[in-house]
Parts: sequence; C-alpha cells; structure tokens
Amino acid sequence: MQTAEDLEIRLLLDAIFLRYHYDFRSYSPASLKRRLNVAKLQMGTTTLSGLQDLVLRDPARFAQLLQFVTVQVSDMFRDPSFFAAFREKVVPELFTYPSIRIWVAGCSSGEELYSYAILLREEGLLERTTLYATDINPEALRKAELGLYGIDRVQAFTENHRLAGGKCSLSEYYTAAYGSATFDRTLRKNVVFSDHSLATDSVFAEVQLVSCRNVLIYFDRTLQERALGLMKDSLCRRGFLGLGSKESLMFTEHASAFRDFAAGERWYQRC
Amino acid sequence: MLGADSAVRLTSSEAVLIAGSAGAVDALRQLLPAVPKDARIPVVVVVHLPPNRPSLLPELFAPRCAARVREPQDKEPVSAGTIWFAPSNYHLLLERDRTFSLSVDAPVNFSRPSIDVLFESAADAFGSTLCAVLLTGANQDGSLGASAIRREGGLVIVQDPSTAEAVQMPSAAISRASPQIIASLPEIADLIHQATKAP
Ligand SMILES: C[S@@+](CC[C@H](N)C(=O)[O-])C[C@H]1O[C@@H](n2cnc3c(N)ncnc32)[C@H](O)[C@@H]1O
Repeated sequence: MQTAEDLEIRLLLDAIFLRYHYDFRSYSPASLKRRLNVAKLQMGTTTLSGLQDLVLRDPARFAQLLQFVTVQVSDMFRDPSFFAAFREKVVPELFTYPSIRIWVAGCSSGEELYSYAILLREEGLLERTTLYATDINPEALRKAELGLYGIDRVQAFTENHRLAGGKCSLSEYYTAAYGSATFDRTLRKNVVFSDHSLATDSVFAEVQLVSCRNVLIYFDRTLQERALGLMKDSLCRRGFLGLGSKESLMFTEHASAFRDFAAGERWYQRC
Repeated sequence: MLGADSAVRLTSSEAVLIAGSAGAVDALRQLLPAVPKDARIPVVVVVHLPPNRPSLLPELFAPRCAARVREPQDKEPVSAGTIWFAPSNYHLLLERDRTFSLSVDAPVNFSRPSIDVLFESAADAFGSTLCAVLLTGANQDGSLGASAIRREGGLVIVQDPSTAEAVQMPSAAISRASPQIIASLPEIADLIHQATKAP
C-alpha cells in the first residue's frame, strides 16, 4: 500500500519533471527519500506537498532543491588505486590514439576531472586529449570551471595523488591564496563543460574513455541500464569504462558488451 | 525473558540488522558465529570504521562464520544465507525491492556508513518484519533509526549498557527507542540464532 508520503514523493517528482525537465523518477528510492526529507526541513516546509508548492512556483527554490537532491560529494583521486590502474594499465593503451576524447559523466565540482587532467599531463597526453565534463547541476559545473577548492581539502588530495602514483608534488598544479587552492588553468584548456543528463539526454560524442563514478548508485536498475547504454554507445570499440568502487556491470544487461580490463579496480573495456 | 509477542516477531522477521561502533568488532565475534550456514534470512551489519581504507571485516569474519560473508555491490539482491557487511565510506540502504543501495551522501552523525541511514531505510522497506540489534558504541548513531523500526512495528534489541564496552550508543537507544529487549551478548547470540535458523 502506498503511504501519503509515497504519493507526495511521486507527485513532487512528476511536478519537477513537467515543470523543469529534470527527471528524478527513477532514482534509487531509499536515499532519494532521505534527501527530500532533509530538503523539506532545510527549506522550511513541513510536508513534501508544501515543498512541491514552493518549487513549482519559484525556479530559485527549485535551484535550491537541486542542491539537496543531487549529491555533491567528491574528492580528487578518490580511491587512489583506481587512478593508479588508469595510469599503469589504461594510459599505455590510450597512447596509440593520435587524439583522445574522454567523457567524465557526473563530474560534480570537477575533482575527478582535474585528477585525470593531472595524470594525463604527467604522462604527456594532456595536449592531445579533449575532456568532456558533464553534470546536471549548474552550480557544480560552475565550480568545476573555476577549479577552486578549500585549502583544508588539499592535504587529502595531495595524499591521494601520491597514492595514485603522482610524479611530482600536487602543489605544482595549484596556487594557494585566501584559504583556497586554484588549479592551474592550463589543465582545463581542452575541457568542454556541459549540462548533460544521463536520465534525459542522448549520446553527444564518440569517446575512447568514459568515467562515471558514484553516479549510477543513485539510479534504480532501469535508469542504470539507460545510462550504461549511453556510455556503451558513445564508446569506440576497445574504449574504456571506469566506474565507482562499488559499482559494477554484474547486474546489468550491458555486461556482455564489455570485458573486464582491470575489474578489481572497476575498469572495463568495450568489446 | 522473551515475551510471546517478541518470539513471534523473531521467527517471522525477514532480515536481521546488527550495528555498533566502539567495541562492536569484539561483540560481533560473539554474535556472528550464531548465524547458521543456511541462514533463513539475510543478516546486515554496519560497524563504524575509519573511512580511508577498505573494511577488513569480511576477511576477519569469514573464517569464524558458518554463513557466507560478503560486502554488497550496489543494487545486489539482499539474499538469505549471507552476512552482509557495509563497505567503508559508503552509506548502505535497503530498498523495497529487496536490493541494496549504496550512497556517498554526506556523513550522518559524523559517520558513513551511518546506522540511522540503514535502519531508517530498512524500516521503510521491511516494515514490521525486521529485527534490529544495536550494540556498544561511543556516539548516538542508531537511536533514531531504532525508533523508526519500532514505529513500523519491528523488533529492536539493544545490548545491556552494563555489559557494553561503550555505553553511549545503547543508552541513547534505550531512552529514545524503547526497545522490546535489552540483553547481554550471549543472550543476543541466542536470539540471532533463533531468528536465522531454519524453521
Ligand atoms: C556523488 S557525485 C560523484 C562525483 C564524482 N564523479 C566522484 O566520483 O567523486 C554524483 C554526481 O552525479 C550528478 N548527477 C546526478 N544525476 C545525474 C544525471 N541524471 N546525469 C548526470 N549527472 C548526474 C550529480 O549532480 C553529482 O554531481
């Protein structure tokens, strides 16, 4: 039986889709419900119906809700062994391409993107690489374009970079001032930032590598299939797919389109 | 000590959740061997651990347990016969379709995985057919989740604080969630065995 709250969530998600074309209807229900309830309290309403009333009438309130619904938690070189595997196993394969295109899907505020840019520079590949960094959260994309992070986070970034086999000190890549670290703008010279939803948009580029980490966990099985389908279709033959450390192709119908490349580190290769 | 009502809840529950923080690994050494090899229902375990390294709990417990011991992948079915450990640095949630979801949402009660997050999602997914055990710990994570399970009609068991290495977690749960059962570890081991053994 559906509770009143179940119905409120359904109606709220329908309303958001109809009004703003953001589609959260197939997100993992348990954590979505949690985030909606946090948003409800923080945005000063007592019910989800009240929240719906608010966001339907005021795009600024929807922008605010979006910050709760999409999870902006990221790190540079998150799971260093994943990036070490990229450097040791994937990079040698990428060397064979005269020009390289990489898609970072769900890039949040850019931490993952800069991790790749730094490793590619260290491997001498950045100059011939175009990186597409996409997300549905405009605020996150804006932050990613600035490449600006709180200085308190840099120590962890530095340690992760070292564990990922960083060739020099991370401080080579940023300047610190006024409590923040600004990453070298030449790292994003070949980066295209754009608004793209794995839930509602289609394939937009042919690439040799897709990195989509800790995004699929927010989708239910149906939406995971859709998103993986987009990634599959955008990858060239023998292209690479990197997922988050608890995401795998194990429960998807796209598994057969990929082979394990460094599966322990969640690297797959398109057949 | 076990009322008829609790006894029925125990044998009709569809999942057992076990959670704790400081001192919980030692407590689990006494509890998890009580889960039989062909456990009737899944057992899901959350322990607060340092975020920056893999949880070694599956490796630690596999040789001590008759049941299979694993960390779930995202959207993996919550199958019986298995003791499932929350991986470090992710929240673990249960969905109504009986699969796991993982999330990297911000820590709750300074913890990821958070016990409240697991318990509240489980209360929503399993309703009254849930049995949750809260153990020793030095913070208050878990008591809101335990209240949610109580509200849905599930069975809540809390370790007797006088037997706990750290009292804050069980004490908070006792005052906030009014658990049906407060017991020592050997007693809890027996309850877990009753809940998970084949009928
Ligand atoms: C937890 S962050 C992951 C950030 C980064 N990839 C990492 O692993 O550190 C999830 C990101 O996915 C984005 N996202 C959520 N739904 C999306 C969708 N439908 N299409 C593209 N990105 C989405 C969110 O806005 C958020 O930035």
